[in-house]
Amino acid sequence: MMKPAYVIGVDVGGTFTDVFILDEANGTVTTAKVPSTRGDQSKGFVEGIARNVADFGLISTVVHGTTVGTNALLERNGARTGIITTQGFRDVLEMRRRDRPTTWGLKGSFTPVVERPDRVEVEERVLSDGSVLQAVKEEDVKAQARALADAGCEAVCVFFINGYANNDNEKTAVEAVRSVWPNAYVTAATEILPEIREFERLSTATLNAYLQPVVSSYLDRLETGLAEKGFSGDILIVQSNGGVMSIDTAKRYPVRTALSGPAAGVIAATQIARAAGFDNIISCDMGGTSFDVSLVADGTAALAAQTAIDFGMVVRTPMIEITTIGAGGGSIASVDKSGLLQVGPESAGSDPGPVSYGLGNDRPTVTDANVVLGRINPDRPIGGKLARLVIEDARRAIEIHIADPLGLSIEDAAEAILKLANAKMAGAIRLVSIEKGHDPAKFAAMPFGGGGALHTGALIKEVGLGSALVPRFPGVTSALGCVVADMRHDRVQTINHLLDQIDAAELGREMEGVADDTEKLLAGTGVAFAAVDRIYEFDMLYLGQTHTVSVPVTIARSGLTREAIRSAFEAAYKEAYGRLLEGIPMRVMNYRIAVIGRRPQLDMAVFAPTAGKPEQDCRIGRRSIFCDGTWHEAVVYERLELEVGAEISGPALLEQSDTTIFIDPGLMGRVDAFGNLVIERRNTANG
Amino acid sequence: MAIDSVTLAILKGRLEQIADEMDATLFRSAFNPIIAEAHDASHGIYDAVTGETLVQGKSGLPIFVGVMAFAVKAVIDKAARQGGVHEGDVWIFNDPYDGGTHLSDFRLVKPVFRDGKVFCYLASVGHWHDVGGNVPGNYNPAATECFQEGMLIPPVKLYDRGEFRQDVVDILSANSRLPMSLYGDLNGQINALELGEKRMSSLLDEYSDATVGECLVELKARAAQMMRARIAELPSGTVSAEDFLDNDGIIDDPLKIALDLTIENDRMVLDFTRSSPACVGPVNISRSTAIAACYVALKHIFGDVPANAGVLEPVEFRIAEDSLLSVKAPKPVGGYTETILRLIDVVFQAVAQIAPKEAMACAYGTINALSLAGHRENGQRWVMFSFFGGGHGAHAGGDGLNHGNAPISTATIPPLEILEAAYPVRFTQWALRPDSGGPGEFRGGLGAVYEIELLEKRADVFLFGERGKFAPAGVVGGRKAAANRFWFEQADGFHEPPMASKIVGIHIDRGQKLRLETPGGGGYGDPFVREPEFVARDVRLGFVSPEAARCEYGVVLTDDGAVDSAETDNLRSIEAAE
Repeated sequence: MMKPAYVIGVDVGGTFTDVFILDEANGTVTTAKVPSTRGDQSKGFVEGIARNVADFGLISTVVHGTTVGTNALLERNGARTGIITTQGFRDVLEMRRRDRPTTWGLKGSFTPVVERPDRVEVEERVLSDGSVLQAVKEEDVKAQARALADAGCEAVCVFFINGYANNDNEKTAVEAVRSVWPNAYVTAATEILPEIREFERLSTATLNAYLQPVVSSYLDRLETGLAEKGFSGDILIVQSNGGVMSIDTAKRYPVRTALSGPAAGVIAATQIARAAGFDNIISCDMGGTSFDVSLVADGTAALAAQTAIDFGMVVRTPMIEITTIGAGGGSIASVDKSGLLQVGPESAGSDPGPVSYGLGNDRPTVTDANVVLGRINPDRPIGGKLARLVIEDARRAIEIHIADPLGLSIEDAAEAILKLANAKMAGAIRLVSIEKGHDPAKFAAMPFGGGGALHTGALIKEVGLGSALVPRFPGVTSALGCVVADMRHDRVQTINHLLDQIDAAELGREMEGVADDTEKLLAGTGVAFAAVDRIYEFDMLYLGQTHTVSVPVTIARSGLTREAIRSAFEAAYKEAYGRLLEGIPMRVMNYRIAVIGRRPQLDMAVFAPTAGKPEQDCRIGRRSIFCDGTWHEAVVYERLELEVGAEISGPALLEQSDTTIFIDPGLMGRVDAFGNLVIERRNTANG
Repeated sequence: MAIDSVTLAILKGRLEQIADEMDATLFRSAFNPIIAEAHDASHGIYDAVTGETLVQGKSGLPIFVGVMAFAVKAVIDKAARQGGVHEGDVWIFNDPYDGGTHLSDFRLVKPVFRDGKVFCYLASVGHWHDVGGNVPGNYNPAATECFQEGMLIPPVKLYDRGEFRQDVVDILSANSRLPMSLYGDLNGQINALELGEKRMSSLLDEYSDATVGECLVELKARAAQMMRARIAELPSGTVSAEDFLDNDGIIDDPLKIALDLTIENDRMVLDFTRSSPACVGPVNISRSTAIAACYVALKHIFGDVPANAGVLEPVEFRIAEDSLLSVKAPKPVGGYTETILRLIDVVFQAVAQIAPKEAMACAYGTINALSLAGHRENGQRWVMFSFFGGGHGAHAGGDGLNHGNAPISTATIPPLEILEAAYPVRFTQWALRPDSGGPGEFRGGLGAVYEIELLEKRADVFLFGERGKFAPAGVVGGRKAAANRFWFEQADGFHEPPMASKIVGIHIDRGQKLRLETPGGGGYGDPFVREPEFVARDVRLGFVSPEAARCEYGVVLTDDGAVDSAETDNLRSIEAAE
């Protein structure tokens, strides 16, 4: 055996830290799951690696999907932060875009992460055309910065109105702040997002400042912890956009980690599927309270321009588009006053969790329905926290809350809960596929997380998906995603000119210059890339509209032309809305540049079962399951022992420690060359 | 056979998704920011015979939820007189007296045919940027007839058996100051209807017409059942509430909106007959609009009731003919938003007396439609038109939201950077307004201050607002919020309009400013029992002044902002004794 050379992916979740260890020299893979260490995630992180790797000196790269930033936002335990802004505008953060949390009912509330006394103003003003109406005075800024630091602020964000058009004042102010600020936690709004729309820019920049002390100190501890063990390689951090960045970049722009964990999962799904020959998938992550779906078309995950972490907590940086609905295993089923069955959004979460957990909840959940119908083995709960599930209590809860009010048998009531939960999940899939113009028949569902694989069969039927692909280790998908993610940096700049007024050649040169600079950032990390790709896009619209269309362009060797921009816009607009609008001028709002360093592909065959057994040797029992109104006998399999090529007809249950797979009657499953289980309709599978 | 409850729940979700998708299509492709940003539009699925609302999108303007049924009915009636509807027809109109709201709202109605018969109607409504009349943007506070508010189009065919009628569009375009915007919005609405028809057809293919038909009937029955159950929980008897509009923009007299709300077991009577007669100016509304406004109010209070016609089955309306709340052509209706906001306020105030836990105090209660219009140096015309925000009312669970949107809408405000980039203006302030939230055990949300400077040579200014004289009320002992204020600068300084929050066509010159201070929301419960620490916090944040803390809340603070417990107890007990 050659001397090992490790690349390690680590995904720290709320309960478990998943470690994925790839030995590049020998092409082997090891996975580990250790409890997450609350308070300081870096301890569990280092411990998880140490269990499997004796010599940290053999690790070349550690790639990390982190929830430290996400949690700090959700739990609001970021640093006390100050804002220095243009006179007259200190309340922009709190006023949002004049919205409310819910359409119906006027009982919403909002507390910004920076309180009003910590939002201070200085005299300065830039107009929308970029001209400076009033220059900022360094002394004013310094005085305000000192006052904020004295008041106890650890971080500060400098944000000026119309800074996207000209950030001279903002730069001057940032330098002034840095000259007196006691630490490195100074964020310039236009450095984070030089894009028009003051609230979105300020919110993103403020959250960056708010996270910086928390995320930076965590990453410092992580570096120290690894170094103490003898590690001297690179640490890379997964960004919300699905690419990785260097640890130094992550310390400067922690807001880019807002969706780091989920993004890693989607990247893994993309790569596993691509290796298995599926370029179009819909990843489905089913947890206790929610069901998250993402669409991957032609091997590329869809990106969203912004997301709200919570009401009014807007982050506008490109991120993997994740659509979340309130339908998880812990979602509570009920019958409303009109006699209509409801599932969610109220959830029992994981504590107290479903009725069958026996931890105090007595209202039936989706998991309870799965238990009652035989889909979940009550003697082998996943995750390993509980010894067994109490099926009798689950039955009683369904009887009282659902079966009796609707006049159904307990089994019919339980199946009704699943049907409605499946319909909601199907709705989320329709939202990301049909509503975006994709044909679901061309997509495969890829479940990960604990519960998803129980529902994929129903989703195939309900939405008309082509198939489902269950990865070999659904529970450690995100850690795998870390190892295979590309390095990616996004840039945006607002232009806001009519197309006819633009010097396209000059603009093209500017964009190439920005891309060159960004590429230098990649080169500086020391990471080896198989290739470097550039993506150029414009956000464009017809004069008079306010919503933009994303317009991909290529910059020809001979340079960018207006004609090239125009025809790219027309193609994109037609694709989005079906018809062009004649005679209306076009406006170029922003340009966007992504520079992607492609990391070497991981050979997914490392997952293939090496000593698999034929289907009949993997049977570990039989269980009665209820489906489509009747009881069926289903064979139960030990999933990980199945050999490549094994075929299993539904109804069947495949068990493994981190998930249960249900193959519905009429469907069949096949183990592919990479250890994935491919589920299809029986006639398709035969034909 | 009755439809099974699982299929029903699933189809409900599928139908709502279709309506939501129609909303999203128009929001994305619309031209004018009132639709694209403020979501002043709505889509739904309506009954083939009665036009009743069957399913409505979640993201559209709430007020349209109730009113669109009347619009579809108007088309059904008109078509019946003209030889019926045909496959491929699309009707268009904005007649506010026949199922409309105000002239700015253009409705498109399209039948969905199955086997040669109408299965249901799809409809789209959107607020267009400019539809002619005396005032750009169509909020004309001086209108005394609808003819001064814009063009009035009765239901006519935009598509006749699939054939697009360019002549109709030519007529519409010729009557707008912003024909390009009109063309873009119209296209967006057509896109939405085409998409809705496509989705509806595939749903019907999947589940059969009969099953979906049964589902629609059943959903309505269930909604009625649910509403009855909600009403039955309320104590029987009659409660009353009154509120006022400042004036009608022509005559400076307050206009009364009075509600006597009666609960009789599982029925509710909303009696508005004590309200003012029809007025000369543009704050009248049609009966259908009044009913729709009550629906919005009830749905805010009882959030789980569904969005279909069944909800109003157990509710009886008593509204006097030809009154402020049931007006006939050609009395002007352009400012309908202000009247329905007041209608919602009286429903909130009445319900607070019988269901204090569910109740909310009044929100800021005016949309403040501000338009600035002028010509650039190159002669090009510009019209900046926007609505502004204010505070939400407090409720039993907490303080009201600062700077929210109006109860009748889900509109967001355009970013000021977008406004500055598009129009020759500069905002000099965009801030929360201290002491604007109504005092209470729970404080009303804060209104806002917006100050705008003109950067071009000259502009005409129009404002259509309310709550300048009658501030948003509190409930359950809560106090009222601060009233709306508006100032415009002239060579001799700042002025307030004689009609408080309504003004037509004054000019401002380069460098002069407008200043709008919007109301907060009303308070909830007695302010003298508000937790003194909360008051101290409000003072520290600058939401409440130290003077107001003392007078309104009976809370005395020390110099460093801490609660002076002894003085506070003292002040509060004196007040209690009086």
